[in-house]
Amino acid sequence: MNIGFYPGCSLTGTSKEYNESLVAVATSCGITLQEIGEWNCCGASSAHALNHELALLLPSRILALAEQQGFTELLIPCAACYSRIATAQHQLLQDAKLLAEVSEILKIKFTATIKLFNPLKFLSEKILPLIEDKIKNKLNLKVSCYYGCLLVRPPQIMKTERFEDPVVMENILAKCGAYPIDWNFKTECCGASLSIARGDISSKLSMRILRDAADKKAEVVAVACPMCHSNLDMRRPDINSLLTAKIDIPVLFITQLIGMALGIPAEKLGLHRHFVKNDKMVSNVYSQNKVECPA
Amino acid sequence: MSRIGVFICHCGENIASTVDCESVAKSASEIPGVSFSIDYKYMCSDPGQSKIKNAIIEHKLNGVVVAACSPRMHEPTFRKACAEAGLNPYLCEMANIREHCSWVHPKGEETTFKAFEILRMLVEKVKRNTKLLPIKVPVTKTAIVLGGGVAGIQAALDIANAGHKVLMIEKDPSIGGHMAMLSETFPTLDCSQCILTPRMVEVAQHPNITLYNYAELESLDGFIGNFKARIRLKAKSVDPKICTACGVCWSKCPVKKIPDEFNTGLSKRTAIYVPFPQAVPNKPVIDRTQCTYFVKNGKCGVCKKLCPASAIDFETKDEIIEVNAGAVVVATGFEIKHTDFFPEYGYGRYKDVIDGLQFERLASASGPTLGEIKRPSDGKVPETIVFIACAGSRDKAKGIEYCSKICCMYTAKHAMLYKHKFHEGKAYVFYIDIRANGKNYDEFVRRTIEEDDVNYIRGRVSRIYESNGKLIVKGVDTLLNAQPVEIEADMVVLATAIVANADSESVAQKLHIGYDKHHFLSEAHPKLRPVETNTGGIFLAGACQAPKDIPESVSQGSAAASKVTILFSNDELTREPQVAFVNRTFPPQYSSCTGCLLCIPVCPYKAIEKEEIKNRNGEVVKTVAYVNGGLCQGCGTCVAFCRNKSIDIQGFTNEQMFTEVMALNF
Repeated sequence: MNIGFYPGCSLTGTSKEYNESLVAVATSCGITLQEIGEWNCCGASSAHALNHELALLLPSRILALAEQQGFTELLIPCAACYSRIATAQHQLLQDAKLLAEVSEILKIKFTATIKLFNPLKFLSEKILPLIEDKIKNKLNLKVSCYYGCLLVRPPQIMKTERFEDPVVMENILAKCGAYPIDWNFKTECCGASLSIARGDISSKLSMRILRDAADKKAEVVAVACPMCHSNLDMRRPDINSLLTAKIDIPVLFITQLIGMALGIPAEKLGLHRHFVKNDKMVSNVYSQNKVECPA
Repeated sequence: MSRIGVFICHCGENIASTVDCESVAKSASEIPGVSFSIDYKYMCSDPGQSKIKNAIIEHKLNGVVVAACSPRMHEPTFRKACAEAGLNPYLCEMANIREHCSWVHPKGEETTFKAFEILRMLVEKVKRNTKLLPIKVPVTKTAIVLGGGVAGIQAALDIANAGHKVLMIEKDPSIGGHMAMLSETFPTLDCSQCILTPRMVEVAQHPNITLYNYAELESLDGFIGNFKARIRLKAKSVDPKICTACGVCWSKCPVKKIPDEFNTGLSKRTAIYVPFPQAVPNKPVIDRTQCTYFVKNGKCGVCKKLCPASAIDFETKDEIIEVNAGAVVVATGFEIKHTDFFPEYGYGRYKDVIDGLQFERLASASGPTLGEIKRPSDGKVPETIVFIACAGSRDKAKGIEYCSKICCMYTAKHAMLYKHKFHEGKAYVFYIDIRANGKNYDEFVRRTIEEDDVNYIRGRVSRIYESNGKLIVKGVDTLLNAQPVEIEADMVVLATAIVANADSESVAQKLHIGYDKHHFLSEAHPKLRPVETNTGGIFLAGACQAPKDIPESVSQGSAAASKVTILFSNDELTREPQVAFVNRTFPPQYSSCTGCLLCIPVCPYKAIEKEEIKNRNGEVVKTVAYVNGGLCQGCGTCVAFCRNKSIDIQGFTNEQMFTEVMALNF
C-alpha cells in the first residue's frame, strides 16, 4: 500500500525520531510512505499570523502537488502541518471561486479533495487493524496520552469526536499492552506558539501538564506532535526548576511506543535522541519480553 | 362579466425597493376583466383598506386581488375589508409578491415582471371564484390542559373558575412539575412548595377539574371547538379510591435503589412510590420497569400481601379513554441539559459537578439533605462553590444559541442561599453578563453581590478537573486585564441550558402544531399572538414554548385560560368554508360521483360518509359520497383520490387551480 507522505520541517530536524519510528512502524506493517516531491513549508505558526493569502497558498501548494503526483491519500504526521493543510482544504472546499483563484496562482489545477490523515487517524485506521497479532512486547507501562491542542481542534475542521476528551491514543496504546491513565491535561496547550518569544510561558504551561501526569503516576507520556514533544522533553530542566522537583518521566512519540511493542529495534525508533533519559524503561520493555519468549 | 379591482401594496420598502409597483399597477389595468388598479404604500393600513372599500362600491367590483404579503399574514384583514364593503370575502384573493418575490430577488425588471405574473394568476383565479358562506359548528365547552406544572395549574384553575370543565393530563404520578422541586423562589425567597402545593390541592378538589395523573395523550383529532382526544391512563397498579396512602407498601418495598427523579438522582426511591410527600394526588403507583413482580415474572408481591386496604392490583392494564373537548392548553414544560453534556467540565464523571436543579434539591427543606448544602460525593459541606452561568446556553458551539433566561436569577439565588446557610463559605459566579430584567430582579442580584459577598467573575470556564480531592476550575476574568483564573472548588454548580422536552417533537405532531428548530412549541405570532398556536383551539402556556420563569409561566397560563374562555363564550363557532364538496347537480342522481367511496378510507378526519339518493317513492337510486363540512379540514386528499373529479375544495376547485397555473406565461 502506497500513501503520500508530507514530513514537513520538524520531521527532518528536531523530530527526526518521529520520522524514523513512523516509517519503521509503517514499513513493518507493509505500508510504504512515499514522500511527495518538491514539497514546501506549510507556513505553520508564522504565515497565518502575518499574511492570510500566504497562509492559504503554502498549504494549498502541498495539496495541489500531492494531487498532481497521483496521490489520493496524504499522511501529515506533524500536528501543526496537519492543522494548516486541513484548514486550507476546508477553506478551498467551501469556496469554489477561491479554489479556482488558488489553482490559477499555483498554475496547478486541483480539486483539493485528497483524503488527509493526521497521525492519529492514520494509526487508528491504517495501522491498528494490522498490528493485533504482531505485538511482541507488551508495553506494561502506565501511559498519559497527551494530545495537545492542534490534533483535535478546531472541531469543525478536524471532525474529531469527543474533542474535549479524545480517546484514540488510549485505544491504540491499550492494544499495545500499555495502561492508559485517566488524567486532566490531555488537551491542554503546551505553549508551542510562544516557545521562541516567551519560553518562560511555554515552560510554565508544560510544567503543569507534566505535573499532572506525575501526580497520576504516569510512567511515560505519549505524544503525536513535534512541538508538544520538544516542549515536554527539551524544556525539562526549566520545568524541574519551576517545580523544584525532578520529574524524569520520558516523553515518547506514540509511534516509538508502537514500534517497541512491535519489537522493532530501539535504534531504528530513534529512542536515543531524547533529552530525558529513557534507557531503563526501554530496556525493561525489551528485556521483559526476552524472559517471556526466549525465542 | 368580471369587474376586478387590483391593489398593489409597497409594504413600505419591503416590496417597493425591488418591485416597480407603479408599473405593475399600470400593466394590471390592461388585463381583461380588471376594471380598477392602484398601488399604495401600506394597503393594510386604515387608508389602504378604505381605498379597497371605496373602489368596491364605486366601481361595483365583483372580485378583488391584493398583491402584497403572504395570505398567512393579511388575508383575513383584506377579506374583512371586502366584506365590510358588501363583497363576499371569498371573492378576495391575495397575490404574494413579498415572500415569493420581492424578498428573494434583487431589484430589476425581471422581479417586477414576476410580481406581475403572480398577480395575473390570481386575477384569473378570482374570475372563477364563487361566493362562499361560513360554516357554523357547535363548541364543546371542556378544555384539556396538557401538563400539571405551574403553567398548567394556573390555566386549569382559571378555566375551571370561569365555570367550564377541565381535563388535566399529567404524565407523572403527581402534578406540580419543576416548581414543586424548587427550594426558594427569586426574588422574594418565598418557599416554592409553600406557594404551589395549595394550588395543587385546589386543582385536585375543584369540582370542574378532572385530574388524570400518570396519563398521556395518545392522539388528538378534530378541530377547534370539537376535539376528540384519546388519553392513555397508565396502569397505576394501585386503586387510588381504596388506597389510604398509609405508607406500608413503600416502606416495605424491597427494591430501594432506584434513583429518585424528584430528587434528581440525589436519593433513592422504591418501586412502589409517591414521588414526594406533598404529592397530589397523594397515592402511590408501581413503577413497572423496576418492580420485581413485573421484572422477574411474578416473584415478590410484598406490597400486595401487606396492604391493609387491599388496594394493590398487579393485573390492571393501561386503559385508553376517549374524551371530547373544545380547546387544548399545552403546558408540557421543559427539561435541562445534564452535566454529561459537558466533557470539558467532566462528562458527568465528577459527582460534585452538579446542575442547577440538583442544587435546588440540596437547598430544599424537603430535599435529600433536608436543606443543608452537602456535596454528593462525601456529604461534606463545601467550603468553596463555583457557579457557572450559561453552561451550554448562548453557545453556538453547543448548538444552543438562545439564552435560557432564568439562570442568571437562579444562580444569584443559589449563591445567596449558600451564603445564608453557610456564612464562611466562598461562592464564585462565572457569568457572560447578568440578565436580571424582571420586577425586583436586578436589586436581588445586587444584594447577592453586595450584601452576601458573592464573588462575580465576568468570564467563562474552559475546563474543570480534579486534583488532590479539589475541583480545579480554570477560567478567565475578562474584567481584570483578561487574566486566567483558577479556583479550587469543593463543588461546582452548572446552570445548564433549558431545552425542550425530549418528546416535544412527537407531542407537537400529535397535536398538529408547529415547533422551532430547538423543538420548543411555536406560537402563532411572536408578538401579537403569543399564546395561540397556528392550529385553532390549541394554546400554549409555560416553558414548552421558550424558557420562562414562574411569573411568566403563570401569566401565560392565565392568558391561555382567557383565550379558552373567550372561545367558550360562544355557543357556536364560525369556520372557514374551504371544505370539500361532492359535485351535485339537479336532479340529484346526476351527480358525477359513481359511489366508489375510495374517498372514505383516505380521509384523515373521517369526514366522508355514504349517502343514498332516493327517488320520491323512497327507493334508492344512487349511492354517492357525502362530505360533512363540519369535520372536513379541506386537506384535499379526497380530491386527489377521486377517480372522476367529482370532489372539489370550495375556493380551491380544480378549475380555479388549473386556471391559475395555466395563466402563467412561461
